[in-house]
Amino acid sequence: MTELPLEAVLFVFLLVVGIVVGRLRNLFGAAMLTGIFSFLSAGLFTLLTAVDVAFTEAAVGAGISTVLFLATLALTDDTERESERSWLAIGVVSLTGLALFFGTFDMPAFGDPDAPIHHGVGRHYLMHSWDEIGLPNVVTSVLASYRGYDTFGELAVVFTAGIGVLLLLRSKAAVMGAKAKPIPVRSRAPYVREMPIVRAVAKVMLPFILLFALYVQAHGDFGPGGGFQAGVVFAAAFILYGLVWGPRAVQGIAPERMLEGGMAFGVLLYGGVGVAALFAGGTFLDYSAFTPEHPSHGQHWGIFLVELGVGITVSAVMVVIYFVFTARPRPRLPKRKKGALAPPRLTAVPELPVETPKEGSS
Amino acid sequence: MSGLKAHFPVLLVVVPLLTAPLLALIRQKQVARALALLSALATAVIGWGLVIAAREQVEPLSYHLGGWPPPIGIEYVVSQASAFVVAIVSSIAALGLLLGTRETRKEVTEGQQHLYYAAYLLCLAGLLGMAITGDAFNVFVFLEISSLSTYSLVAMGNRRRAFSAAFNYLILGTIGGTFVLIGIGLLYQVTGTLNVQDIAHRVQELEDVAPDSHNLTLLVAFVFMIVGLGLKLAVFPLHQWLPGAYAEAPAAVSAFLAGTATKVIYFQLLRTTVVFFGAAHVFGALRFGTHVLMPLSIAGMFIGSIAAIYQPTLKRMLAYSSVGQVGYLTLALSFGTEAGVQAGLLHLGAHAVTKAGLFCVVAAIVAGVGSNRIQRLNGLGKRMPIVAFAFVLGGVGLIGVPGTSGFVSKWALLQAAFASEHYLVAGLVLLSSLVAVVYVWRIVEVMYFQAPPVDEKTTHDNLAMVPALILLGASVLFGLFPDQVVELAADAAHQLFLEPGSLPPLPTGGHG
Repeated sequence: MTELPLEAVLFVFLLVVGIVVGRLRNLFGAAMLTGIFSFLSAGLFTLLTAVDVAFTEAAVGAGISTVLFLATLALTDDTERESERSWLAIGVVSLTGLALFFGTFDMPAFGDPDAPIHHGVGRHYLMHSWDEIGLPNVVTSVLASYRGYDTFGELAVVFTAGIGVLLLLRSKAAVMGAKAKPIPVRSRAPYVREMPIVRAVAKVMLPFILLFALYVQAHGDFGPGGGFQAGVVFAAAFILYGLVWGPRAVQGIAPERMLEGGMAFGVLLYGGVGVAALFAGGTFLDYSAFTPEHPSHGQHWGIFLVELGVGITVSAVMVVIYFVFTARPRPRLPKRKKGALAPPRLTAVPELPVETPKEGSS
Repeated sequence: MSGLKAHFPVLLVVVPLLTAPLLALIRQKQVARALALLSALATAVIGWGLVIAAREQVEPLSYHLGGWPPPIGIEYVVSQASAFVVAIVSSIAALGLLLGTRETRKEVTEGQQHLYYAAYLLCLAGLLGMAITGDAFNVFVFLEISSLSTYSLVAMGNRRRAFSAAFNYLILGTIGGTFVLIGIGLLYQVTGTLNVQDIAHRVQELEDVAPDSHNLTLLVAFVFMIVGLGLKLAVFPLHQWLPGAYAEAPAAVSAFLAGTATKVIYFQLLRTTVVFFGAAHVFGALRFGTHVLMPLSIAGMFIGSIAAIYQPTLKRMLAYSSVGQVGYLTLALSFGTEAGVQAGLLHLGAHAVTKAGLFCVVAAIVAGVGSNRIQRLNGLGKRMPIVAFAFVLGGVGLIGVPGTSGFVSKWALLQAAFASEHYLVAGLVLLSSLVAVVYVWRIVEVMYFQAPPVDEKTTHDNLAMVPALILLGASVLFGLFPDQVVELAADAAHQLFLEPGSLPPLPTGGHG
């Protein structure tokens, strides 16, 4: 148990970061700290050998979420207004915490081999997934086949989120409320795209990020990874490009229409595999029905295709959400106090003419 | 055909779930509308097909998703109760879309309609998936689909206030969903399984081992699930999100949500108390029914109905009346008896049909008068006689006048109260119905006993009246000929109360 002290250290850090996020009035700082919170969680998951979960947490929690928080702050304000302390809220939160604390009393001890979770379905997955599905990564077998319908549902959740963001931020009332306010050129903070080092590093990194995304997508059967993580990493490359060269530059490569199509296509691909299994004579998502003489071949094909669907939809939704946020005009805000920090303008720069990146310019 | 019929349980959910991305791809307003309606109608047909299939069977039908037998895979379970719920939900969704054809033209931004229909179908798929699944985690996944789409649908209302209503709902709904997830997680930790029947069986074993000392983890799991579902169901005092959400949403969405969303959550509450943790334990040892649920239900019944009297608009009035009606639903459950659950299921159906019908009538009124403020309704009985009559018909259904569905369900509720010797509670049910008379009479007075304005014009939207008349007609039909539905509800309640059996051993002998 050499890693136990390390776990304790991570937990203490988590606690400290959590308290600071709660107390911080500067939302820009709070957003960055939530990224750190996610990163610490990812570290904990790794220590608990839940590598797939850690990977997702790092990519989604520490990566994309932070960017989306910043994009929101760029549209709103970065200082929280003073609000009255609500004793009712403090009471409810304390009660919830206490309940969770009491809930641990009758939990099986950590790592107890007799705990029910080691004797239920988990045991079946560990012992039989090699024979029944034939993939080295049991997590992928569970997510994409045993509980593949849940993953289909989760993909629909991501798709719904994409639809919801499009509906909300492009609706009549929303557009009415947000009138464009051009940022005066002289007072603006230096944009990222004017920083030569950032540009050079981003340029070098981009192909590797994309390649890594493809690797994660394809290698999910054998190691940690899969469609969700690959989709997020893939989207992260586009978002990084957008952060450095402005969102319009990304729109040149990936038009919004194409992304909206991709959002829908991934779900249809996943569901299509399920329906194809019906026609092959199985139940919904029964990949074994594709090759009745050799069920694990069908499983491999099915898992490959549904993971591809997941990757396409997830990456498209992430980039679409990023676009919708950054393409909105900055709304009029109440006047800020003197001395307050300028809002971060890392993302919302749609008003400026876009210089397309030229080869070798720095 | 028989081959297709075997896949009805999954097609029920997959048809709307896969039509939604198709709509997003098509982007064409007219085609999207037609396709959405077609898909919802097909879903409703499948829903009623499942009711017929469930009536023919003694045991619940099980559909193995991915070909994996439960508990290693996820199963869909067509029981009497789940078939009843999905049939009602899918029918109301189809009728809501029929209404939406006229409304959404005004309420959703041009070029966004295909996404609106996609969100509507996703919401439907989420609700149906929650009701028909036999897997605890799958409930959460589909709860998320329906919740996320509901938040964006509510925000489509044409006033800026719709955003704050949707935001309130988003925050409270997300807390509710998270609480449910924590509950499921803790349940998984003490049982090692996610299948509903399997969980019920193992929880019972745990409770049998030590009937006197409570397993704290199990107790906390129960509390979290109940609070989470209570938030989503708008049980008093967790109802704060409901009036705003129902009042600000587009007309079609109000009708759809009022008839379906809380109903599906109520079914989850039935399962959580009766099946997961066992009726004997929850209502016997924990005294959850008489000590927690009953006082809250009675408070909700009165506070919801009394608040409804003072609302300035029809939609807000109907929304507060819903808070009161949720009180009846949970009161029926709080007896902890089979008769109580039967009454609850009957009231679920009766209220779903009546309230959805009433919201459709409000849509027709808004189309005609241009507002749903109660003070603008003077003389509506003369200006729009059919619409006004339909509203009264729905209103007497809410009160529970004989001849309407509301009477059948309230009668069953009273019988259940008498059977479990809660005479005072039965009296309070009658008293709260009198409060409903007050808020319905208030509208009747304005519509029939005040002179119509001279200079105002009314436009008639006959299309909005089609779903309203179908729904209110169904309410009257059920009120006059209740036998079949009462029998169905009785069988459904009986099936829920059966002792959970252990699942058959896995073919590979996995549990060894």
